[in-house]
Amino acid sequence: MNKENHQIGKSIARKEGREKVTGSARYVDDLNFPGMIYGATVRSSCARGEILGVHFDDGIPWDEFTIVTAKDIPGKNCVALLIEDQPCLAGQTVNHPEEAVVLLAHPDKYLLEVARQAVRVEIEPLPALYAMQDSLSKKQLIWGDDNIFKAYHVEKGDVDGAWSAADFIVEGEYETGAQEQLYIEPQGMIARANPADGVTVWGSLQCPYYVHKALVRLFGLPKDRVRVVQTETGGGFGGKEEYPSMIAGHAALLAWKSGKTVKIIYDRAEDMVATTKRHPSRTRHRTGVTREGKLLAMDIDFTIDGGAYETLSPVVLSRGTIHAAGPYNCPNVRVCSRAVATNAPPHGAFRGFGAPQSVFALERHLDRVASTVGISPEELRRRNFIQQGQTLAFGQVVREKVDMHKLLDRALEMSGYHEKQKRFQEQNPRSPIKRGIGFAAFLHGAGFTGSGEEYLASEALIKVTREGKVRILAGSTEMGQGTNTVFAQIAAEALGLECEQIEILQPDTSLVPNSGPTVASRTTMIVGKLVETAALTIKKSLVASGLLKEEYLANEFATACRQHIDKFGVLESLVKYQHPKDLHWDDEKYQGDAYGAYAWAVYVAEVSVDTRTAEVRVEDFVAVQEVGKVINPVLAAGQIEGGVAQGTGFALYENVVWREGRMVNGQMTNYIMPTSMDVPPIRVFFEEIPYDRGPAGAKGIGELPLDGTAPAIANAVAHATGVDIRQIPITPEKLIDMLESVHV
Amino acid sequence: MRSYVPGYEMEMARNLEETLERLAREPGVWKPFAGGTDLMVLLEAGKLPHRRFLNIWKLPELRGIEVTPQHVTLGALTTYSEVRRHELLMLEFPLLCRAASETGSIATQNRGTLGGNIANASPAADSPPALLVYDAELELVSANGTRWLSYQGFWKGYKQIELRNDELIRGIRLARGKTGWVQFYRKVGTRRAQAISKVCFAGAARVEAGRIANVRIALGSVAPTVLRAIETENILRGEKPTPVIVNAAQEILAREIAPINDMRSTARYRLRVVQNLLAEFCERIAA
Amino acid sequence: MSETLRKIRVQCEINGQTATLEAYPMSRLLDVLREQVGLTGTKEGCGEGECGACAIELDGALVNSCLIPALQANGAIIRTIEGVADSGRLDAVQQAFLTHGGAQCGICTPGMILAALNLLARNSQPTETEIREGLAGNLCRCTGYTKIFESVVEACRATRDPA
Repeated sequence: MNKENHQIGKSIARKEGREKVTGSARYVDDLNFPGMIYGATVRSSCARGEILGVHFDDGIPWDEFTIVTAKDIPGKNCVALLIEDQPCLAGQTVNHPEEAVVLLAHPDKYLLEVARQAVRVEIEPLPALYAMQDSLSKKQLIWGDDNIFKAYHVEKGDVDGAWSAADFIVEGEYETGAQEQLYIEPQGMIARANPADGVTVWGSLQCPYYVHKALVRLFGLPKDRVRVVQTETGGGFGGKEEYPSMIAGHAALLAWKSGKTVKIIYDRAEDMVATTKRHPSRTRHRTGVTREGKLLAMDIDFTIDGGAYETLSPVVLSRGTIHAAGPYNCPNVRVCSRAVATNAPPHGAFRGFGAPQSVFALERHLDRVASTVGISPEELRRRNFIQQGQTLAFGQVVREKVDMHKLLDRALEMSGYHEKQKRFQEQNPRSPIKRGIGFAAFLHGAGFTGSGEEYLASEALIKVTREGKVRILAGSTEMGQGTNTVFAQIAAEALGLECEQIEILQPDTSLVPNSGPTVASRTTMIVGKLVETAALTIKKSLVASGLLKEEYLANEFATACRQHIDKFGVLESLVKYQHPKDLHWDDEKYQGDAYGAYAWAVYVAEVSVDTRTAEVRVEDFVAVQEVGKVINPVLAAGQIEGGVAQGTGFALYENVVWREGRMVNGQMTNYIMPTSMDVPPIRVFFEEIPYDRGPAGAKGIGELPLDGTAPAIANAVAHATGVDIRQIPITPEKLIDMLESVHV
Repeated sequence: MRSYVPGYEMEMARNLEETLERLAREPGVWKPFAGGTDLMVLLEAGKLPHRRFLNIWKLPELRGIEVTPQHVTLGALTTYSEVRRHELLMLEFPLLCRAASETGSIATQNRGTLGGNIANASPAADSPPALLVYDAELELVSANGTRWLSYQGFWKGYKQIELRNDELIRGIRLARGKTGWVQFYRKVGTRRAQAISKVCFAGAARVEAGRIANVRIALGSVAPTVLRAIETENILRGEKPTPVIVNAAQEILAREIAPINDMRSTARYRLRVVQNLLAEFCERIAA
Repeated sequence: MSETLRKIRVQCEINGQTATLEAYPMSRLLDVLREQVGLTGTKEGCGEGECGACAIELDGALVNSCLIPALQANGAIIRTIEGVADSGRLDAVQQAFLTHGGAQCGICTPGMILAALNLLARNSQPTETEIREGLAGNLCRCTGYTKIFESVVEACRATRDPA
């Protein structure tokens, strides 16, 4: 692939950009259908209990309403995902606050809201669990026979035998809190459903085929009678990975019963309290290290809070477990992990998906290990960075080229790390504002873990018209990250065309194949590769049929397409994912080649801490990463910048306040995400080592920034203040006490 | 939208006289509605107790900023944006301009009014501490006439003010003459912009030969109402802000306030921070 | 819930055209624009005046339309995102958002563009700090704001040197 790229590596303007900047892009709440009515959800105010009855207050014309309860579900009352434990509507019991119990629909959305407040669900409370520790100690059994959704045990070498050789043993416990995805467009769905036509939903979602599978099960319909269409989606970040199956089910049930098209749009308050959040976590590290700073043994215990139902917790746990020991070469590693049940709304996918939690713990811990040994954080990393040919903690030999040293060098240089470290140490004693600088080194695997991609068996389809217009049909969704544009660039490059000639079809399960979910940093690397292969196949068949030479102009391409279709009737290519034969994963032992490729990174955060108010401000941020070939520099940098902003929120501002399993600060006024005045200058640098299995050499990057941002900031705060940060978010309320104990 | 929108009424009056007449005729029935930045949020949340509103947004008698040698009087409908842009206010009442620029966002500042803010009586409001430092007086009008009240002492309790239900705030009068004073305003919020305050400190001191000849300290978010820290002022008055004096003042300050734990912050944090801000204010004075 | 259900007539100018609307007096202007006038470019992100996705220009001032009751729009001159492009020709800010990555998912973009336009109308060459302050009422979850700042800077440059 030595030829010059015409599309790859160019910052082509976003395909659907014009619609977005003129306000003509159509999100689900912008759509209206004839005779459409509105739906609303009545939810439990109790965390756990038996439903005794549902009461409808007087004064509402109930006969005008469509009312749906669990009894109205034609198929199975579940939101089908990994398993089927989560009901679509609570029938006999509730297991978390805000669990959906009754659905209402009416043409007047104002009256609908009055009615929603006039339905009372009578619940006999049962003892509920809110703390991970209580769940682990089985204070109550609230799920299965032990409250545990999933557990993993990964071993490398002989951890127990290694302690005796360690000069230092460092222990620590680290916690991360829940985080709300806070896409600016709330969840919404429109459904049309009846026994004659089947079920169709339109909505804000990341994974059309997840919704499809859930609706098939909910209604007991054959697959070809359920259709899911993705509307322009205003942010997802994982928050619209699994949850849309729930709201789609609700809208469809109301549509089925009413015979009308039903629209459900959550307001922000409902969205915040009722939908998924990042899993809270607790990690315990015990690390044996030599006096030279060589890691000998890492014993890691990792627990995440899954909320009331299993949903995706096993997979979040998996990724968190695999990323728990980082980009380091340690001969003896053990990771014991588990996802436990509590009576909170189920936690779910959020960009990073378990890794931000375990990476925070690791990178914070390694700064402490360095300090104990008496070497710099930088030196500790350098003495342990994994190299090509060495084996990661769960048994994957690193086959790709990796140079963590180079990334670290560049990150420290671009951030002025050494000079600032020294300067801050000198100046801090003389000022109430303490400055600090810290970093995190990390990796993020792209694609589904282990045999996951093989199981997904994703497909992408390219169809070409007689006019030579190239259409990409894939189940991958655009939600701002650039899917449409990147796919167009990949196909255009492969075909020697301009992006304008490439069309991406709106994901509609009646038209596009299942390309797997738009998650796990897989869309460019895995599905983009299918798109590239399909495009190359089409070119090959045109050349092979003698209609086109190897080098051609756009109009020659169009002519060839017309001739091909006239002769053969069709010009298209369906490509199915082929799992590389040299990737081996053992699901039993949880060992082997976890991911096809990794992005590698070092992030540096500079902070200032005002000791009078304990407010932390990120003053500067440098993000250096090796991501394979960058297909669209503006889009790629945009992903990193956006991820760093979310990671900053995770580290400093975003605090979910819980009261008996319910989020009580569910408004944008009280759940704090960064504004334009809170984000630092974010300076992004890419290294590119082309990945030969990625389209044009690209790897995945979407989740990467969420892993390293918070620990870099935490390490910087620790450097600035001497406070031993163990928890995020680092709220001023927590920090002010810790600052005082440092000075005492 | 958690309220039944069709169930709400809003009417316009052509001028102030008509407005006051309606308020007098049906006291407690009509709620004056200015910029709506507080009331509409309550409507959305389903927490707006009133049903009938009088739109006063355009009443000319409540607009305008009047300057005399002794005072500046701001019409109740003066928006935060208008405060921020006003040259004399920037020069002589910088704390008020600071407060206005830290309130909400530009969009909120274009619609939020001083009168609305005062009537809403939140202890976390940003402007009231500045107004107290400037010895604000309120002109209250009704069909029965006009009365003036010192803004200090306007509160009866949490969100309760001395405003009768047939009265409107017409203007806020500030005393000029603090130009040479050391002035300090700091709002500690949840983030740099669009933040509800956790602690708000406004202070002004006239310094003569290193001593605090006179001082005003007003605080927000540390008690059920915004308040002047009178006892703290008394300790400081006449003194040089030495560490001993500052410590003593911090202790007195702790006794004058009643910070709470809520979903935004803790009592402990608020106490620590307000004491630290007092020390910061004193450092400015000493400098 | 048995109170008066009386709609009022609201006359205003929207994107240069006179409009006569019937709405409940306390309907949010946001809803009136989206549902009655069919201008769905203005978005609801929070319903509490925090996110700025509903931002419009009302009598030349940037306001959150979720906080304006319909009655108060009577006699107003309103501009929404649909009124920014001139007969299909994109404004410099829109064009810059396209070329410089200012829009990702796009849901905050209409409000953000109006806030940027409002800023530039008051200050044609803002510093980075002034840009940050000018946009602080518009929340974006996708971009981290960086490319939004770059887009505004580009729009200023393009306006200054149209060549």
